[in-house]
Amino acid sequence: MFEKTDYDVVIVGGGPAGLWSARKFAEEGLSAIVIDKKQEIGVPVRCGEGLGNTWFNRLNLTPDPDWAVQEMYGAALWSPSGKKLEIRFPEVSGYLLERRIFEKDLARRAARAGAEIVTKTYVTDAIKEGTFARGVKARMQGEKVEFTGKLVVAADGFESTIGRMFGLQNQQTLYHSDSGYEYEMAGLKMDDPDLIHLYFGNEVAPRGYVWIFPKGKDYANVGIGIGADNPKTAKYYLDKWVNSSPVCKGASIVQVNGGGIPVGGMLKNMVGDGIMLVGDAAHQVSPIHGGGMGLAMEASNVMVEVAAKAIKAGNVSEAALSEYNTTWWNLRGYELEKLVRIRQLFEKLTDKDMETFAAAFTGPELLKFAYSDKITSAALATTKLIKHPSLLKLALKYLDADPKE
Amino acid sequence: MKAQCNTDKCIYCGACVGVCPVGALTLDETRIVIDKKKCIGCGACAKICPAGAMTVKEGE
Ligand SMILES: Cc1cc2nc3c(=O)[nH]c(=O)nc-3n(C[C@H](O)[C@H](O)[C@H](O)COP(=O)(O)OP(=O)(O)OC[C@H]3O[C@@H](n4cnc5c(N)ncnc54)[C@H](O)[C@@H]3O)c2cc1C
Ligand code: SF4
Ligand code: SF4
Repeated sequence: MFEKTDYDVVIVGGGPAGLWSARKFAEEGLSAIVIDKKQEIGVPVRCGEGLGNTWFNRLNLTPDPDWAVQEMYGAALWSPSGKKLEIRFPEVSGYLLERRIFEKDLARRAARAGAEIVTKTYVTDAIKEGTFARGVKARMQGEKVEFTGKLVVAADGFESTIGRMFGLQNQQTLYHSDSGYEYEMAGLKMDDPDLIHLYFGNEVAPRGYVWIFPKGKDYANVGIGIGADNPKTAKYYLDKWVNSSPVCKGASIVQVNGGGIPVGGMLKNMVGDGIMLVGDAAHQVSPIHGGGMGLAMEASNVMVEVAAKAIKAGNVSEAALSEYNTTWWNLRGYELEKLVRIRQLFEKLTDKDMETFAAAFTGPELLKFAYSDKITSAALATTKLIKHPSLLKLALKYLDADPKE
Repeated sequence: MKAQCNTDKCIYCGACVGVCPVGALTLDETRIVIDKKKCIGCGACAKICPAGAMTVKEGE
């Protein structure tokens, strides 16, 4: 059977970006369908499942105990030699999600608003009309189906192929990618499940870190992200760490997952005639910690606003859609680009440098820097880093501050 | 030199697909599909693969 179905918007990918966008389109009074190849929305999970409070506020999202399963009160950063830098807040700073249930909730909310969702439906080809995207061909549980629309949204994640089908080059470079591997573990011996724990070191996780994101008092996501061009695998480093960590001794692995994480190379252009990219497919991820759920949903808001206007005006040309590029870059893109610089500074550090950094800052100082728009040499000079001129110079070089300021 | 996926190790994460410069890889409903005609043997997929499932070997 060859079915044909017509919508205002055809969204490929039912992750946070696609599901959030679908609800927004429906709320704009537009018909939208989300197509995902997964058998079940939310499964498999490829994620540490941490979401900071900033995002709940920015997105006007209320943590629901069904999926916001554990409160976080800050972070403990561990240096290669085991020194701890603790950032602890008096109030909840974020949540660990049961993402499986979170995405189901996003899907329910999209459906309730009037959007449609189909699963186990794999998009194989583009439908074009001249230079314009007009829909996609898919196989839906053995049947060939065509979905047509005024606009196609590629929300198909790191593995994005939809953009390329329509001529948008959004494949990622190895240099700007992290390779992630993760275990969900039960029976852990954690001292402090109120904090997320991050472990640094060039032997621990080159160009990245090992994380423990607690989902309960003895239950957590234990994962790793490393630079994708590393000759060894993320699994190699994670296994090495897990096998030597007292926290993991005797614990069981109840889930294995992983994935590529875009940690740079945000796209200057995310649109073409009748096509828009959003979420991981547009590399909208924090270059520092690899978090992308919040950014994906926020960018969806920006994207839908531009798209809805264009559809209603009957002009979905690249020129009409390009307002999404400017709005998103001003809102978030340039900020993320600065974070790429910090990532690049971090890449230069030896284990010894990391120890110096760990000793030079207190938790509150680190926080102050994390939240400041511009890190000045005057501010850095108030820390113990002043005793290490070469590191101070290196830091200033990457933090874009003038050393003489 | 062509890419090869060891399905015993593969966790179907799609990382390799995202970095293939020529679009030789796809991850469909259940598996990685390699278009050997397109593959240029660059090795990017093997480097990013977190599970060590992807290798690039001499082949047709
Ligand atoms: C190991 C790891 C840990 C992470 N930890 C965190 C974290 O703690 N916090 C955080 O915020 N972020 C984290 N991230 C990043 C986060 O998972 C992503 O940024 C987020 O999922 C992006 O959402 P998305 O909707 O853009 O893409 P995705 O969630 O990847 O969704 C894309 C969807 O598109 C579907 N799809 C793709 N191609 C097709 C096709 N051809 N046909 C049909 N369907 C298709 C896929 O099945 C998928 O469901 C982590 C990532 C990894 C890999
Ligand atoms: S070796 Fe290079 S071209 Fe071949 S599949 Fe892997 S990434 Fe693609
Ligand atoms: S990156 Fe490795 S584990 Fe992930 S889908 Fe590709 S071959 Fe499989």
